[in-house]
Amino acid sequence: MLARVVYSLIIINKAGGLVFNRDFNSALNKVSVNDLLVLAGTFHGVHAITKSLTPSSLGIPSKDRTGIEVLESSQFRLTCFQTFTGTKFLLFTEPNQPNVDVIIRKVYELYADYVMKNPFYQLEMPIRCEAFERHLMSYIRAK
Amino acid sequence: MTTTTPALSGPKPLPPPTSLQQQSSAQRAPPQPQQQHTGLRTPSNRKTIYDRNLNRTRTTELSRASFAYLFSEMVTYAQKRVTGIQDLERRLNEAGYPLGQRLLPLLLYRTSTPTHPAPRPTRILPLLQFIAHTLWRHLFSRSADSIESSSTNPTEYMIIDNEPLVNQYISVPKEMSQLNCAAFVAGIVEGVACSVGLGCAVSAHNAGEEGGMWPGKTVFLIRFEEEVVKREGAGK
Repeated sequence: MLARVVYSLIIINKAGGLVFNRDFNSALNKVSVNDLLVLAGTFHGVHAITKSLTPSSLGIPSKDRTGIEVLESSQFRLTCFQTFTGTKFLLFTEPNQPNVDVIIRKVYELYADYVMKNPFYQLEMPIRCEAFERHLMSYIRAK
Repeated sequence: MTTTTPALSGPKPLPPPTSLQQQSSAQRAPPQPQQQHTGLRTPSNRKTIYDRNLNRTRTTELSRASFAYLFSEMVTYAQKRVTGIQDLERRLNEAGYPLGQRLLPLLLYRTSTPTHPAPRPTRILPLLQFIAHTLWRHLFSRSADSIESSSTNPTEYMIIDNEPLVNQYISVPKEMSQLNCAAFVAGIVEGVACSVGLGCAVSAHNAGEEGGMWPGKTVFLIRFEEEVVKREGAGK
């Protein structure tokens, strides 16, 4: 069996701020928190641009126009899932990892359960919920 | 009934002749009986929770998610203007206490049959059994994990729950690690015990070890009053 094929997870709030990041593979190079913040902000901007790039001639209503969803390179694949409220989940995986949409939906479910139902979590603030991390790790490990 | 409905649904014959001189809009929209808005919403069949049979809700369960959101708001509300963790736990405890007082007669009523009325638990052990099984099953659809008595203090008993439902989605921040939101459940237990006349104070404590099988393990410590234990001993 190869090394874990889900590399890392980043959660960006609706203002483009980084609220959560976790590496699932210890072989990865460490990225400084500053770089992560820049990455989150940049992706947020790029996402907004790609959303407005949809040609209007296609006649897609503006609420159905999504921004960037997948970004692929030879080494990794970045999948973005945006919730209705604008929170973005970015999952870095191996390029051939199947069922990324299932994983990302499960992560969203865990977020909805263990972050949003936690009375000590303040909206749009960095996520420090021990139960969320515990369930996230056990889910990704079981993959 | 059938004769009155056409008269109500057909408003045309109702307006008196004088209304012809009045605004035409009043004719088009005949005055409806004003709905009293009390802010209370009732189901469409007009049956509120008070109209239902007390026994019929035995099997109906509530959505866990909606309870989680409600409880989360309760904790947030209790957190306002508190001075510390003890104060917050006291508020949660006070929120649960009246619930316990009301649940006791309800559960006794439900477990009774016309020929065999359920006795009120008046001694410590039957009371603990009642709480850990009947009450727990009603609230959480399962029994508590164990009942223990303190080896050092005869007035202390413990009910242990490995994974309290109220704490399922709650992560307490590090700086408040003493806090256990199951103080609300402790309040319910206290309400039940005090209603049967066994005065006590109940508190919830974290007992889960980091990385263990039950990180959310909670001990409900029941401290009975001295005279309760004395009375218990005298009756033997």
